[in-house]
Amino acid sequence: MTLTPVITEHWDQPDLYTIDGYRRVGGYRALEKALKQDPDAIINSVKDSGLRGRGGAGFPTGLKWSFVPQNDGKPHYLVVNADESEPGACKDIPIMMANPHSLIEGVIITSFAIRANHAFIYIRGEVPNALRKVANAVAEARRAGLIGKNILGSGFDLEIVVHSGAGAYICGEETALLDSLEGFRGQPRLKPPFPAVAGLYASPTVINNVETICNIPYIIDRGVDWFRSFGTEKSPGFKVWAVSGHVNNPGIFEAPLGITMRQLLEYAGGVRGGGKVKFWLPGGSSVPLLTEEHLDLPMTYEEMAAAGTMLGTGTPMIFDETVSVVKAVTRWLEFYKHESCGKCTPCREGTYWITGMLENFEHGHAKESDLELLASACNQIAGRSFCALGDAAATPFPAALKYFRDEFIAATNSPVDDEFDPVASYIYAGAATR
Amino acid sequence: MAINEQTLASMREIVARYPQPRSALLPMLHLVQSAEGEVTTDGIAACAEVLGISPAEVTGVSTFYTMYKRKPVGEHHIGVCVNTLCGLLGGDAVYEALSERLGVGHNEPTADGKFSLERIECQAACTHAPVMTVDWEFMDDVTPTSALDVVDRLSRGERVESTRGPVIRNFQASEHTMAFPDDGLAGEGISVDAKMLAGLRYAKEHNMAAPRSGQEG
Amino acid sequence: MSENFSTDVVPMVNVNIDGVDIVVPKGTLAIRAAEMIGVEIPRFCDHPLLEPVAACRACLIEVEGMPKPQPACAQVVNDGMTIRTQQSSEVAKDAQEGVMEFLLINHPLDCPVCDKGGECPLQNQAMSVGRPESRFEGEKRTFEKPINVSAQILLDRERCVSCARCTRFADQIAGDPMIELLERGANQQVGVADDQPFDSYFSGNTVQICPVGALTSSAYRFRSRPFDLVSVPTTCEHCASGCSLRTDYRRGEITRRLAWENPEVNEDWNCDKGRFAFSYLTEGRITTPMVRENGELRPASWPEAIDVAARGLAHAGASTGVLTGGRLTQEDAYAYAKFARAILGTDNIDFRARATSVEEAQLLRSSIAGTPISVTYDALEAAPFVLLVSFEPEDESPMVFLRLRKARTTVASIGAVVTRGLSKMGGSLIAAAPGDEATVLNNLSADVKQALTQPGAVILVGERIATSQGAASAVAKLAHETGAALAWVPRRAGERGALDAGALAGLLPGGRPLTDASARVEVAAAWGVDVDVLPSAEGLSGDDILQAVSRASLGALVVSGVDAVDLPDPAATAAAIRGAGFIVSLDHHHSEFTQEADVVLPVALVTEKAGTFVDWEGRSRPFGQVFKDALAMTDATVLGMIVNAIGKQAGAWDIAGIRRELAGLGQWSGAREAAPSLPNTAMTVDGFRLASWRELLDAGVMQEGEPFLAATARPVAALMSATSAAQLGSPATVSVAGPSGSVVLPLVVGDVIDNVVFVPMNSTDCSIYRDLGARIGSSVAVTAGGVA
Repeated sequence: MTLTPVITEHWDQPDLYTIDGYRRVGGYRALEKALKQDPDAIINSVKDSGLRGRGGAGFPTGLKWSFVPQNDGKPHYLVVNADESEPGACKDIPIMMANPHSLIEGVIITSFAIRANHAFIYIRGEVPNALRKVANAVAEARRAGLIGKNILGSGFDLEIVVHSGAGAYICGEETALLDSLEGFRGQPRLKPPFPAVAGLYASPTVINNVETICNIPYIIDRGVDWFRSFGTEKSPGFKVWAVSGHVNNPGIFEAPLGITMRQLLEYAGGVRGGGKVKFWLPGGSSVPLLTEEHLDLPMTYEEMAAAGTMLGTGTPMIFDETVSVVKAVTRWLEFYKHESCGKCTPCREGTYWITGMLENFEHGHAKESDLELLASACNQIAGRSFCALGDAAATPFPAALKYFRDEFIAATNSPVDDEFDPVASYIYAGAATR
Repeated sequence: MAINEQTLASMREIVARYPQPRSALLPMLHLVQSAEGEVTTDGIAACAEVLGISPAEVTGVSTFYTMYKRKPVGEHHIGVCVNTLCGLLGGDAVYEALSERLGVGHNEPTADGKFSLERIECQAACTHAPVMTVDWEFMDDVTPTSALDVVDRLSRGERVESTRGPVIRNFQASEHTMAFPDDGLAGEGISVDAKMLAGLRYAKEHNMAAPRSGQEG
Repeated sequence: MSENFSTDVVPMVNVNIDGVDIVVPKGTLAIRAAEMIGVEIPRFCDHPLLEPVAACRACLIEVEGMPKPQPACAQVVNDGMTIRTQQSSEVAKDAQEGVMEFLLINHPLDCPVCDKGGECPLQNQAMSVGRPESRFEGEKRTFEKPINVSAQILLDRERCVSCARCTRFADQIAGDPMIELLERGANQQVGVADDQPFDSYFSGNTVQICPVGALTSSAYRFRSRPFDLVSVPTTCEHCASGCSLRTDYRRGEITRRLAWENPEVNEDWNCDKGRFAFSYLTEGRITTPMVRENGELRPASWPEAIDVAARGLAHAGASTGVLTGGRLTQEDAYAYAKFARAILGTDNIDFRARATSVEEAQLLRSSIAGTPISVTYDALEAAPFVLLVSFEPEDESPMVFLRLRKARTTVASIGAVVTRGLSKMGGSLIAAAPGDEATVLNNLSADVKQALTQPGAVILVGERIATSQGAASAVAKLAHETGAALAWVPRRAGERGALDAGALAGLLPGGRPLTDASARVEVAAAWGVDVDVLPSAEGLSGDDILQAVSRASLGALVVSGVDAVDLPDPAATAAAIRGAGFIVSLDHHHSEFTQEADVVLPVALVTEKAGTFVDWEGRSRPFGQVFKDALAMTDATVLGMIVNAIGKQAGAWDIAGIRRELAGLGQWSGAREAAPSLPNTAMTVDGFRLASWRELLDAGVMQEGEPFLAATARPVAALMSATSAAQLGSPATVSVAGPSGSVVLPLVVGDVIDNVVFVPMNSTDCSIYRDLGARIGSSVAVTAGGVA
């Protein structure tokens, strides 16, 4: 399967981040088309396209939009989830830095479709360079009459606010994001009501990921059939894959859904030093890890699920044989413990407990029976926590245990750094490779 | 600097962006940090006053988010990603080197107030691992040597450019950007680098492209 | 059919829980539905009066068709739903055990020294659904312990399970979000802002609803074990809200008071005064009768003291005034009402120990006394509009405040200050400087009048209506014109009961007019006395009694539970005490009256007797005796002894007999006195006009001996508008001067109408009667500066 740059097609244009640069490559053409359509027709096109959310859950985007009640007399809101914080995920931030106007165009079209006159782009606070690029694009679009009152004479009004987060992974969870956007602690909300009915300010709200929104102008401009010519029936379209880890040429690669990891690895120059993939994760630390045997699976929502993992954010992390899986999992759990919002017991206390147990393995203080205890504790979190963060925290260990039980047992005898020289896994020149 | 009339006026300006005032709280707390260098009791009181909520409510919010600091931050706040991928690909060594050089640990400022150091979580730049941030601007693909070099140059007051962003200013200036993101620096520095173009360049070199659509244009 | 006749029928749904089919109202939560079949699902964050959060996850259950276990506290049961709790589902049982294990990993094993031990939901549920042994071998999370979130409330963070009941109570119920969850994850903890403690009038409720021992009170911490306590249901004596309480005691001493569930009155809550102020009961008791000899009080035997009192009062006869304060039970107030009329032959009686007016008495006799219950707490909750007149609910009747706030009803207040309480109710101010209420009431906007004509609209009048000439008349007129229901909310717990018992000049029990011959006949019959014994002309009010006593035109004074500081004219009170020919004082604590009395007769405390308070609704709130073996006698019993000594008879003087008489008399159904119709007089005042009321926590005598409670009171300050403050140069402190003196107070700028200054009526070092010689509405001089 070849690479198919669409969203990334013009990233090598130095002024693409400006409205002039964006327009020169066809930008805002889709908006003009969209504003001449019936909003429901746009919703139907997106439904027909089969576009699925690129934030990790893969929920059908058009269906999500159709849940918004119409003619309800309430304001509607669009909220863009640009809180990209999942370990391994690094595609939305590059999109916003390289081509912010594609996001703005998607926001305007989406807002028009769902009848929202106010849109918010919630960008994680730790990336000022994404904030300023998007804010600059909003200002340019406003000056060009693409935001504000009566956009392009359509009678449609829209305000877009660029909002800065402040450091909390949980705000990627959509209801936590809403609480955060309302100025509260970013803790998830009880559902129902769902955001489509009572979201921001208790009004109907659509929350979409950055990459998802960036697909919209292309679907409107080039059509549903064209969009569906990429990918599979259940996973149509293209994907901005961000390949990281122990590869020779990490970076952004855009290709249809259904490409295999082996093909992506090839584009990314293969495993460094000609080494082997020890384990890899298709899309973030919250999906169960896979091994070399899974490199030829098509990377679609359905095939990844069949393999017992998830496509997630579609940003594969590759680890070679220098890496201790025990250490990797421990570090992820330290992350989940740090990012647990504290609201619910299983996640708050569970991450505290299992992280401590994993640290014992990392440092060679554990006993073999702790493996069963760890598995049991993970079981007590999964499916019982308030939101998906708890489920995510309960994911890395069981997956690692499935493929690398011996490594955990070995870690009961000695610290993992004795077995796996940390320097060996360093990526920069001079570091040893195994 | 401190909370003054100008700060309060800026806070009200932020409030005006939103349908409901309290939505302004996160950017307002960034503004407090830009004015005070940290979230101070005065800053909390100012937010509470402007929004008509209690200081406890503001405190609850300000302690929830890791970017808000309740103790002094250095002129330059340095973050090193030690999440799994960055950490194991060398971020751990970068952090250790900086910690040793600066003589400080996690979330501690140097005695001269020039730097503070933080073990940060994933910065959404895994393709550029190991990742460091200076005042939250990207310093991609660092090594212990290059990280120490950045610190040395900043110590000497030299101009340091972000690898994907503008010239490094200082922590408080970056915090101002989080409150007022359209900071006029969008055109400064490189934002798209070779790694972001890896796929595009490969495609061009190998004559790969997405199929065109009949409807296009 | 008009909508008045339609009834809201809640649809019912069928649900199967653990194999049992039940029918419940639509919208019922699974956790409550399970309770209906006797299944107790574990819970921590759940509280029936708080919005569900489903945070603790202790209540996970299996719902057929749902892939994951669901929180029963947030799961609404739908028609046809099949639910399996821990009783019938391994999934639910396993989930609950897992959550319980998680809750315990970081919980300290300090139950033996924890206040909650023995009545702890965590302890109890750990026993019922927890594992016998912990699998956790790591290090428990620790915090510095304890921290004060206020002077009264202490927090042991390591015990906290993050259920957020306390923070949700503070925010949702009290409207005081001064405690919040801080930090996040495993480090999440309850806390306060650096510079603002949790000084809420309702803070004690958080201790009670805390499902672990994380929140404790300074007053009770480490004082006893729950299983050593004897608990008695009681009614709060601190105000007319009528809260149900549980009083716990050990070895003859009260250790604590808790709010006791009463859905119709205080729901699950009470205020901090009702919870924490009870030391006054045990300190400084008068333990023995005393008589005056050679100018000095000396202890005396009961027979001697009764004999002296009987002789003196028999001699004075109808030339006696009777002051009963506002704190007596209805039974005791009734005894005084009977004693005055049937034994002394006088109508000189007043239960009001505060600023009063003839006009107010007219309003009470015409419209309140002995009327059936009409405006209730539930009625307030359902009211489309409530107008407050001279009434600050948060300070003067805290449960009325909580209910109005809960109702989110439209509230408007005729007054001079947008108070914190009014803001928290989302209410609006109809500006009236103190003294101008009548003018404002007579000139209300069409909108307000229209709002009052809605079915269910209510006018709530406070005791301060008496301080504004014409206001009581204007309120009566307004209620008549609009059809709005009128309710009177006095502050003291005994006022409504005393009113209904006839402890007011011109009024016999059950709202009967004294001047009505048939009313007198009914009452005389009930008392077993000749109708001619009863006075037939209206007697003196409390103010007039004191005046008459000081002029020696009355020969004797019978007084119970009156403190001179509560009376608005200190000089007149002092003159009356000095000038009185003969004083019989029935009391449990010394006062200015006992000091100068000829006979002092110790009476029972509220904890030493059974009785009834009638709350502002008119609802009887009977309570039992806490200390069953107490020897002290009630006021009624002591009066009965005097009656015997005088050699007369007038029915019963014991509580059972009095209750029978009251029940037999019932409520008057005949003609009533006309409502007052005084014209309002325009007030002209130089300088500032004084606005004032008693704050909930102040220098009241029943709050003595409670330093932690006192420390949570609002700071004493002079409150005025920004404009008025600017005219004085916005000083840090101001001196407020009245006819007899001045006080220096910190100046606080607030939402007050211009040229009005608010000063608390009776707070520490600031009593407007004692220190200023001023009354509500008085002209006072306010000047910049001074050392507060």
